[in-house]
Amino acid sequence: MTTAETLTPEPQTNKRRPSKIWDGMQSANWLIKLCFVLLATLIVVALLAPLLATHDPNAQSLLARLRPPIGFEGYREGYVLGTDELGRDLYSRTLYGLRFTLLIAVIGSLISMLIGSTIGIISGYMGGVVDNVLMALVDIQIAFPFTLMALLAVALFGTDLTIFVVIIGLADWDKYARVVRGQVLAIRDAPFIDAVRVTGATPYRIIRHHMLANIASPIIVLWTFGVSNVILLESSLSFLGLGVQPPTATLGSMTGFGRDYLASYPHIGLVPAFMILVIALVFLLLGDWLRDTLDVRLKRQA
Amino acid sequence: MYFILTRAIRATLTMIFVVSAVFFASRYSGNPIDIMFPEGLSPEEYAFWESYFGLDRSFLAQYLAYFRGLAEGNFGMSLTEFRPVTEIFAERLPNTIKLFVSAFLLAVAVGVPLGIYAATQRDKPISTAIMAVAFFGYAIPNYILAIFMILIFSFTLHWMPSSGNMTWVHFVMPVVTLAMAMMAWNIRFTRSAMLEVLNEDFIRTARAKGLRETLVVNKHALRNAMIPIVSNLGLQVAGFVGWVVLVEAVFALEGIGSLIVRGALLRDFAILQFGVIVWAAVVIVANLLVDVIYALLDPRVRIAS
Repeated sequence: MTTAETLTPEPQTNKRRPSKIWDGMQSANWLIKLCFVLLATLIVVALLAPLLATHDPNAQSLLARLRPPIGFEGYREGYVLGTDELGRDLYSRTLYGLRFTLLIAVIGSLISMLIGSTIGIISGYMGGVVDNVLMALVDIQIAFPFTLMALLAVALFGTDLTIFVVIIGLADWDKYARVVRGQVLAIRDAPFIDAVRVTGATPYRIIRHHMLANIASPIIVLWTFGVSNVILLESSLSFLGLGVQPPTATLGSMTGFGRDYLASYPHIGLVPAFMILVIALVFLLLGDWLRDTLDVRLKRQA
Repeated sequence: MYFILTRAIRATLTMIFVVSAVFFASRYSGNPIDIMFPEGLSPEEYAFWESYFGLDRSFLAQYLAYFRGLAEGNFGMSLTEFRPVTEIFAERLPNTIKLFVSAFLLAVAVGVPLGIYAATQRDKPISTAIMAVAFFGYAIPNYILAIFMILIFSFTLHWMPSSGNMTWVHFVMPVVTLAMAMMAWNIRFTRSAMLEVLNEDFIRTARAKGLRETLVVNKHALRNAMIPIVSNLGLQVAGFVGWVVLVEAVFALEGIGSLIVRGALLRDFAILQFGVIVWAAVVIVANLLVDVIYALLDPRVRIAS
């Protein structure tokens, strides 16, 4: 995105602009720094899950069923966080669950971002009838609570991981479309875009090289919120037993199964529930912080 | 009159559209006989049940038959419970209404005033504290909060039953769980709507001419902020199924949220279709109410219509 630097609204030198995010990180408070550390840890742990796991996440052991975590009575050597109702190692399962949850969240939110931003750009750039039609679509999406639509869609079609991710990915696109459209409208008639236009640049070139750089910040901020939205949606659906099919675990489905053993073996549900909580908080806090740091104003983001 | 007529036509069209979408989507996605009966059904038995439920006809014939039934006020029989869907919904709807209405009222009564207060006390510790609470309510998934509450109040302290819907005590935890999430949403939304209005020029004018701060906030700012707040609340009501579904699942509360999920999983077409009709009806009524409240709140809307 450095190519448009010479023509940004506030003229810049050709030197690469120092990253606002990096600068902000230096002066962020301890909570945000902690979030960055947690985020890095989560990503590394998810990537290295096969190396860090002590057991096969789906291997059952009837002799080691329902064991509590380390430090509790009945703890069994080698199962640090205890085992679940089928004797599967909870620690290894959580690692793999984290991997799946993050994978679905990142891909799902990227799908939302791509669809939403593309629609937003087209809508804002073309204007007229196209704009009206696309914005009517956005209104429909807002009027119909997507949790339920996703729920029905996943219940009917979603046993397959790919389909599940796509359905989840469709959940959030309207937010991107609305914000991006507004941003494009704001700079569409700016002098620097006019200047590019008179030099004969194609719309594609104008959008790709000159507009995207200027509307990147709100997209990044929305995406950060999007990841946590998708995680919440995915884990809620998985909790209900919709979504990725067993034995493959996501954190949500692990919590769902753990609910049945809450009275006697609370650790089965609590371990994945706690992980979901940490991920959701990290992404939301970072999203809030990014919004302030990049000075993005998202209209009425509740 | 014209207004009501266009509204009615649009509502009917919306209903027909959603019901048709669900009708075909659910039928293309699977056959209830495959899911309801154990494997190894002989072809004769399969054919018998298929014709018993009328599933051997073409989708179009089933579709026309369904709408013919609707015209006669017949919403169909549940394929899994062998009785009219209206009966099943009538049993469960009161639970969902109790749950949602109590949670909604609680969330509005607590959330909106807190949001307004947080906006007026911007950057003060009290506002930060309110927003922190709202942040947690927003970030913690509903069912996880529910699990923590069950663990504490049911299994450790033994104060509350962990599931069911027999007495009002059974509703305490579900209502609180649901209200937490909606309240957090209300606080965040109300605060940002208020802040936006409080930054306007006419508020500065009101202050400059010496009006008391309570008057500025309650009359000048609030009345203008009420429009987005009310439409947000309208969206909340319209999305009621999405809100209650998880809470009903965690607390094993027999409402229509869990009913619709079960209908989708078992391909109980009749339940699914009627569920969507009920839901669409709520959406339409909610939108209508929002419009009426707009007109009551804002003289400009009244003049325009």
